[in-house]
Amino acid sequence: MNEDEAPTMVELLTFQLAYQEYALDIMSVREIRGWTKATPLPHAPDYMKGVVNLRGTVLPVIDLALRLGLDPSQHSDRSVIIVVEDSDIMTGLLVDAVSDIIALKSDDLLPPPDTQSTGGPSVVNALTVLDDRMIRVLNLSSIVTIPESSAA
Amino acid sequence: MTDTIDPMAEIRASFFIECEELLEELQDGLQAMEDGSDDSETINVVFRAVHSIKGGAGAFGLEKLVRFAHRLESVLDEIRTGQTIPDETSLKVLFRCADHLSDLVRTSRDGVDLPQVDSKRLLGTLAELLKQKPTSDPQSFADKAIEFRPTALSLNFEFGDDAETTNPAPCSRSISGDKRYLITFKPETELFEKGNEPFLILRALDEIGPCTITCDASSVPGLAELAPETSYLSWTIELFSNVNEAEIASAFEFVQGLCALEIAVVEDERPPPQFEVAKTSVHMRNLEYLTSPDPIDLSRQDAEPSSLDRPPTAQAQDLKDAVTTSGALQNSLSSSSAATAAKAVVRVELDRIETLVNLVGELVINQSMLTQSLESSGLSPHSDAMSGLEEFQRLTRDIQESVMMIRAQPVKSLFQRMSRIVREASAAVDKEVKLITEGECTEVDKTIIERLADPLTHMIRNAVDHGLETPKERLAAGKPVQGLVKLSAAHKSGRVIIEVSDDGGGINRAKVLQVAVDKGLIATDADLSDNEIDNLLFLPGFSTAEEVSDLSGRGVGMDVVREAIQTLGGRITIASSPGVGTVFSISLPLTLAVLDGMVFQVAEETLVLPLNTVIETLTLTNKSVETIHPGAKVVRVRNGFVPLYDLGYELGYRAPANDYDGSVVLLIAHDDDGQAALLIDSIQDQRQVVIKGLSNSIYRAPGIAAATILGAGQIALILDTSDIISSVTGTNTFSRTETLAGLSA
Repeated sequence: MNEDEAPTMVELLTFQLAYQEYALDIMSVREIRGWTKATPLPHAPDYMKGVVNLRGTVLPVIDLALRLGLDPSQHSDRSVIIVVEDSDIMTGLLVDAVSDIIALKSDDLLPPPDTQSTGGPSVVNALTVLDDRMIRVLNLSSIVTIPESSAA
Repeated sequence: MTDTIDPMAEIRASFFIECEELLEELQDGLQAMEDGSDDSETINVVFRAVHSIKGGAGAFGLEKLVRFAHRLESVLDEIRTGQTIPDETSLKVLFRCADHLSDLVRTSRDGVDLPQVDSKRLLGTLAELLKQKPTSDPQSFADKAIEFRPTALSLNFEFGDDAETTNPAPCSRSISGDKRYLITFKPETELFEKGNEPFLILRALDEIGPCTITCDASSVPGLAELAPETSYLSWTIELFSNVNEAEIASAFEFVQGLCALEIAVVEDERPPPQFEVAKTSVHMRNLEYLTSPDPIDLSRQDAEPSSLDRPPTAQAQDLKDAVTTSGALQNSLSSSSAATAAKAVVRVELDRIETLVNLVGELVINQSMLTQSLESSGLSPHSDAMSGLEEFQRLTRDIQESVMMIRAQPVKSLFQRMSRIVREASAAVDKEVKLITEGECTEVDKTIIERLADPLTHMIRNAVDHGLETPKERLAAGKPVQGLVKLSAAHKSGRVIIEVSDDGGGINRAKVLQVAVDKGLIATDADLSDNEIDNLLFLPGFSTAEEVSDLSGRGVGMDVVREAIQTLGGRITIASSPGVGTVFSISLPLTLAVLDGMVFQVAEETLVLPLNTVIETLTLTNKSVETIHPGAKVVRVRNGFVPLYDLGYELGYRAPANDYDGSVVLLIAHDDDGQAALLIDSIQDQRQVVIKGLSNSIYRAPGIAAATILGAGQIALILDTSDIISSVTGTNTFSRTETLAGLSA
């Protein structure tokens, strides 16, 4: 991943949330599994769906749409949990549907325009355009770690 | 050592593990010396520890470590030989040196550099200690140094300068009446591989009495045949001393089995014929074989064909010789080995144990699934399958307990680290502090011990910095200048209780309250009980230190400590009384892996409570529930009243129940020796559950300690009752959401 040299290829997993397209670096994705009912945690914020059993480990699951402030996920047959790993912590992200795996040159990733004046944490790392559709590349660690001020 | 070829790296790693153990011994010994509970063996243990570290460090070329350990060793040697009597000041220096030595070990291990200032300063202090000893006869010292030098140079250049700077022990013993010993000493290659240094042994001999050391280099081959790692040299030492053979042999105790050694008394003035010497000689290897029951020595004996190939009569003679040599020698050797080699231990990588623990966890889950399905299949409880299952259950439990025992470790190592923290912290704030530890042998899960180090460090620092008053204030309060910090560990009703207490001024509640108001943590008009004020210390962003000191108040507060303890499934409480002191108690589970649980249902959720917290179960009638004021209900249990918590409501699963007739409550005990009744829907089962940690990075649910996976694969949450109760009682004083925000951040 040397930025001085020719653009490297990045692979992204794209998925749908509230009819928008989002993407995550495929390197942080561990697996994708079907939606099973989560055990709710008491007094949890609404985006915290609860915990599910992932082959013997207890995996917290976040409703990504709610976490990003979008309309809540419509649970359907296509709803899946993307299991991601960020600094050794595994988290499940509930999304509406997984679309594709795309390979891009790192040049094709554009920094998001500076419109984040609302003060929210910057969850979108970069933007890219694929077949005229805009895809938002998410900043995983800002999604799965909640700053203390907004923890409860 | 920059070239880290694999086998070397492995040996190196095990050296550092050994170092940790030796450092622990060193600390123990020094502590015993400070407490006055030492015996004659203590200083030897301390000395040996430093010596072994030095030896190993030399083998790996860790020069800084060697240099420092060497100086420390010379001071310890003075004490060992009784030339310096350690007083309080020198013990303090020794403690600091031990700390520094462990720093050096760690930095050498991690390959980082330590600022040399400390090293130099400590070396200086050590040198002063050396100078304080009664001055020896300069003449004899000079003579000996000259006499000694050729050997030193031929051995090891590194130590050449040390031989001059380190004063050899003075020789005050009279020569008259001394026996003449003839010692031949031929190190085997293994001796050098283990990092031993013949020079030191020879020097030790020199301290026993005047001696003439002759090096026999005749077996050194020409350069072409010379194998640089093979030992060719041997020494003959002619020693005049009135000590017995045992004492001479003790100079060689580090190299037992690694050399051929003969010690002979020469009765007359003429050098005796060689065979006579052989008769009274002791072959160290054989002696070790006889005195030590350790099977390893047997195998070593086997691996040595030369000794087996010899005619049986010769061997028998050897053995006989060994048996008939002075009983004192045998005694001294066996007693020293008994003191150092306590129990046979095996070093196992933690990963492997971890895997085993996980497997056993799975086994427990599996076993309970099997029980469940067999029970539901309607088998007679007297059938073979069911009785077999019972046996299986018992075995599983035994296996599990044994596995847990592997992981259990005494908290001693942790406490030792804390004594260092106290020393450093008290020096930094200029207070005199004594640390008392209790229950060092209490065994706790290794993971817990490791993860307790940081919070405990913080608490100890706090106790020294904030807990104890300044010497002036202490005097004014009529207390001794030296403050006490006590660290204790004990098992209590299935948990481990660790307490950090000080005899300081107690929590300044007025100040705490003021700070909390100033920082907007509580409302200005909040009316808090003493206990609630004390608990404000745990709120994030709270720090009472007006000026940020070096020591504490670095922005990490007690909230971090509390969080760390909670992650371990533990709780922390404060008790403080003005003028008397403050006690922080941490209550921790014995293990992080399994617990006996009561499985029950609330609002369609399955939950688990640790069985040892449940006192009894009751069925309510509407009559037995009384309302004290809106939202606060109590249950009449026999002659007392117990607060009632509607679990479904407290956990946010459903609206509060109105009708209590026929509903089930669990009567539980919580930490403050209080009781509470938890309203639940139905009890399912009592069984062992495997504890699975919950990641707190996103959200820490109040009242939930961990989770477990039930037979059918669904997750059940494990409750932390004290947490539920405290968050409920918190509503009386400040708003619930605030408390929760504080606790979960």
